[in-house]
Amino acid sequence: MWLLNSSVGKKLIMSISGVFLILFLLFHLSMNIAAVFSEEAYNLICSFLGSNWYAVAGTLVLAAGFVIHILYSILLTLQNRKARGNSRYAVNVRPKNVEWSSQNMFVLGLIVVCFLVLHFSQFWYKMMFAELIGHHTVVLGGATVSTQAGAEFIKYYFSQPLIVALYLVWYVALWFHLTHGFWSAIQTIGWSNALWLKRWQVISNIFATLVCLGFAFVTIAFFLKSL
Amino acid sequence: MDKNINITLKVWRQKGPKEKGAFETYQLKDVSQGSSFLEMLDILNETLVNEGKEPVVFDHDCREGICGMCSLYIDGHPHGPDTSVTTCQLHMRKFNDGATITIEPWRSAGFPVIRDLMVDRYAYDKIIQAGGFVSVNTGGVPDANAIPVPKKDADLAMDAAACIGCGACAAACKNGSAMLFVSAKVSQLALLPQGRIEAARRAKAMIAKMDELGFGNCTNTRACEAECPKDISISNIARLNREFIKAKLKD
Amino acid sequence: MTQINSKIPQGPLAEKWTNYKAHQKLVNPANKRRLDIIVVGTGLAGASAAASLAEMGFNVLNFCIQDSPRRAHSIAAQGGINAAKNYQNDGDSVYRLFYDTIKGGDYRAREANVYRLAEVSNSIIDQCVAQGVPFAREYGGLLDNRSFGGAQVSRTFYARGQTGQQLLLGAYSALSRQIGLNKVKMYTRHEMVDVVKIDGRARGIIAQNLITGKLERFSAHAVVLATGGYVNTFFLSTNAMASNVSASWQCYKKGAYFANPCMVQIHPTCIPVHGEFQSKLTLMSESLRNDGRIWVPKKKEDAEAIRAGKLKPTQIKEEDRDYYLERRYPAFGNLVPRDVASRAAKERCDAGFGVGAGQAVYLDFAEAINRLGKNVVEARYGNLFQMYEKIVDDNPYETPMMIYPALHYSMGGLWVDYELMTSVPGLFAIGEANFSDHGANRLGASALMQGLADGYFVLPYTIQNYLADQIQVPRFSTDLPEFGEAEKQVKERIDRLMSVRGKRSVDSIHKELGHIMWDHVGMARNAEGLKEAIEMLKKLKKEFWSNVRIPGKAGDLNVELGKALRLADFLEIGELMAHDAYDRAESCGGHFREEYQTPDGEALRRDDQYSYVSCWEYQGEDKEPVMNKEPLDYEFIVRQQRNYKN
Repeated sequence: MWLLNSSVGKKLIMSISGVFLILFLLFHLSMNIAAVFSEEAYNLICSFLGSNWYAVAGTLVLAAGFVIHILYSILLTLQNRKARGNSRYAVNVRPKNVEWSSQNMFVLGLIVVCFLVLHFSQFWYKMMFAELIGHHTVVLGGATVSTQAGAEFIKYYFSQPLIVALYLVWYVALWFHLTHGFWSAIQTIGWSNALWLKRWQVISNIFATLVCLGFAFVTIAFFLKSL
Repeated sequence: MDKNINITLKVWRQKGPKEKGAFETYQLKDVSQGSSFLEMLDILNETLVNEGKEPVVFDHDCREGICGMCSLYIDGHPHGPDTSVTTCQLHMRKFNDGATITIEPWRSAGFPVIRDLMVDRYAYDKIIQAGGFVSVNTGGVPDANAIPVPKKDADLAMDAAACIGCGACAAACKNGSAMLFVSAKVSQLALLPQGRIEAARRAKAMIAKMDELGFGNCTNTRACEAECPKDISISNIARLNREFIKAKLKD
Repeated sequence: MTQINSKIPQGPLAEKWTNYKAHQKLVNPANKRRLDIIVVGTGLAGASAAASLAEMGFNVLNFCIQDSPRRAHSIAAQGGINAAKNYQNDGDSVYRLFYDTIKGGDYRAREANVYRLAEVSNSIIDQCVAQGVPFAREYGGLLDNRSFGGAQVSRTFYARGQTGQQLLLGAYSALSRQIGLNKVKMYTRHEMVDVVKIDGRARGIIAQNLITGKLERFSAHAVVLATGGYVNTFFLSTNAMASNVSASWQCYKKGAYFANPCMVQIHPTCIPVHGEFQSKLTLMSESLRNDGRIWVPKKKEDAEAIRAGKLKPTQIKEEDRDYYLERRYPAFGNLVPRDVASRAAKERCDAGFGVGAGQAVYLDFAEAINRLGKNVVEARYGNLFQMYEKIVDDNPYETPMMIYPALHYSMGGLWVDYELMTSVPGLFAIGEANFSDHGANRLGASALMQGLADGYFVLPYTIQNYLADQIQVPRFSTDLPEFGEAEKQVKERIDRLMSVRGKRSVDSIHKELGHIMWDHVGMARNAEGLKEAIEMLKKLKKEFWSNVRIPGKAGDLNVELGKALRLADFLEIGELMAHDAYDRAESCGGHFREEYQTPDGEALRRDDQYSYVSCWEYQGEDKEPVMNKEPLDYEFIVRQQRNYKN
């Protein structure tokens, strides 16, 4: 099967799973923004997603997307290190026009995943997962809250300066990851040429900035509200 | 104006593919900035020979930037710090008096070191042998003007065809990927009606050979393009991906 | 004296090649599989021959000294390739291309060969286009042409300033396809060091593996040399560093005649020498003369001021510039043939009008930029301008380029008959390695044409005429005593060199050889200087064999040893060149004897006495070679004094 065997096939899997995750990010962002303006609306979405088997199935698909993206990043990185050979250059200079992020995608991805674990433990584990194993309430900072009251979770965590700071760092890593990942995915699929290459890079930067600013906006907004 | 400079060279010396290499340091005095980098190495070798030592082995031939034989990873750049040139066209005026210059061979699993700065790049030939051609025999072809080719396509094909097969792309790539090289040939031939006919077959065969030879996967860092002495664009890589995916989906 | 038989077919000029092909012997497809052919070299001639022969079904063993067959020096040809397509409707024809080439060669080439070359030229363009060579095109999608020196029509096809590269990569792709199909066995980093003869026929070669340093034996039914020219004898030339004469020279020593060794081409537009450490010279394409104008200051004091750095070329007024080519040759102007342009530059510089360090003239694009705009000039010559700027650190869009003649091409080479076979049966020579098509001077864009003509369309036919009666001959074992003997001789030569353990590096002796050649056997020669050169060369040869220093050991990767082996042969051919130049007491094409010039300084040919090809026959170490003459009878055209004035 060429998708699994060939270098371009494997890269295609990376880029399609990447694009899929980008779409999810957009969805997640719109949800978050809704929370800033109406906590009820947000909770409504949460309760809808928490109790719905379609949503669980969706979550599994999403998880598969993550797992594929991560597994292939590991696979490709290992292969690439092997292709690079055992001897390393003594002098390394990053040429002009080469983005720093493009050469550090794996590290950036790793940072994103680490924060993801934190994020899951704070939200998903206590919301959807708790629901799935039959709990309808969890204890959050001494108070008992419904697993479907998403806004309570947000308010709780984003009132803590350390967690806010960590999330902001996460967005920065995500920003770097996205600025390269977005256009790189398009390039790998082959929807690019000399002209569109430049355009996609600009679009990548704008998109990554908007997404990360959006998340940061929600985080900061809730922190400010908590003061 | 060009003047004479003193430099320190850190040169990678390695006896053979399996042996361990190390840097050796040499001092050179009064090197004219008007001389080319390889002429500077000639001077070094002349000195070494006169001292009864073995000269530094490096590949070079045409010394006018077209044969692709010269390599050398100089101060962190394939073909040195100047842009759009091969090592043989790099001139000493790009270096300052008192500079320390580090010279390494191409380092990539696809290009094993033979001795000192000389590496084996036959893998690139093998990729071409797998499909980098139009399958026509000598004779029996139509008149050269029988098939008009849009000037734009011919120009784009020529841009890609300017590749000299030096290996700087794989040497620059942190993944040891040969995609820029492969894409240049696939693009050149896919853009011309003469090569279009077997474009799908070619893309598949060349990618398969490239993978088989152990070159890495492209992660679009653009280092290859930045270091390419002939300014081959990574838009060719997009075209290669397109050709390859299209061909596979059709199967 | 040996009678020379060039095997030119009977009949009218235009029908000779057709007649030959109609009546020659062929080898049937089943038998081709049983025949092996060695092709040495992978330039335009070698790669195209190896590919074509393999496509026909022969087993081909192909050798090159570089790490890849794609790197042969044909790749450096910039300007273009000629063909008599007449796509421009400007009156071109096979006959005109033939005539221009013969005339350009100063009537020292064979009519029949040159006519055949012109005849197959069109097929070359067709072939290359079919291979995917991206020639320059017009907006209508058809092929574009430019004009070159020595022609009044636009017949030169080009791919930017990299025509040689594109044609070579075309041939290389065809060759690669055959390697992939296992019809060609490719040996890279292998250098031929001797030819092996069995019963008088060429049956194999000894090659040195340049990585291991070991000598290896290869046998075949025929051997084809496509090993290029020998102008690296001059040390400084436009040839690649590894270009050498050794393969041809060993064949010469085994009985192949060496023809017209004195005929070498000095290219007028090269970047001038900048210092003693210079390793090679870089050519600026002849195509630049389409739009560039060549000049020096009219006044000596201006030239002196420029040399002293007090004046810039752009400060010289129009009326104070001497466009000497346009002045002397109004009809062809800046597009006179190379030998004429080179000599004119030397004449001006010798007279004290040179610029730069004194040995340079200007090639100016100011007028072209005004007329066409910078964009058009950039589209035509951008890569050449960039190359110039990288080397010289001057911007040619703003200040004129400086150029000076440099050694570029050898018209002379192994003598071959009409079938491209040398005087050793079974040993063929194609491309620059042979002497056949360019007479005393080669026109621009003709080398690519000849290399590909020989490789694609001539040799694949003519070699069959030789091989047709070889089909019963079984493959030769490389254990035969002939192989052993040849290898032993090479080994002895290597051992002798390694045991010298002198004081001088190979390059230092090579540079000295270059100086002798340039001063005495260069652009202008005379009897006295040539005699002196022969003496100096004999001395230098002795110095080499008694004082060369080669570090490292034999039987290992040893770059200096490789260079020394080549230099040993350059020293010998240098002497033969001087000898031949001395013997040829006339001026023709690239061979200019100061004693023989017209009152206005043009080359004076002496057709009554020198209308022949000098074919040198080796007699043994330290013996004078014998010169055989192949008379050049012009049946079809009338020889004239070359005239590019009106």
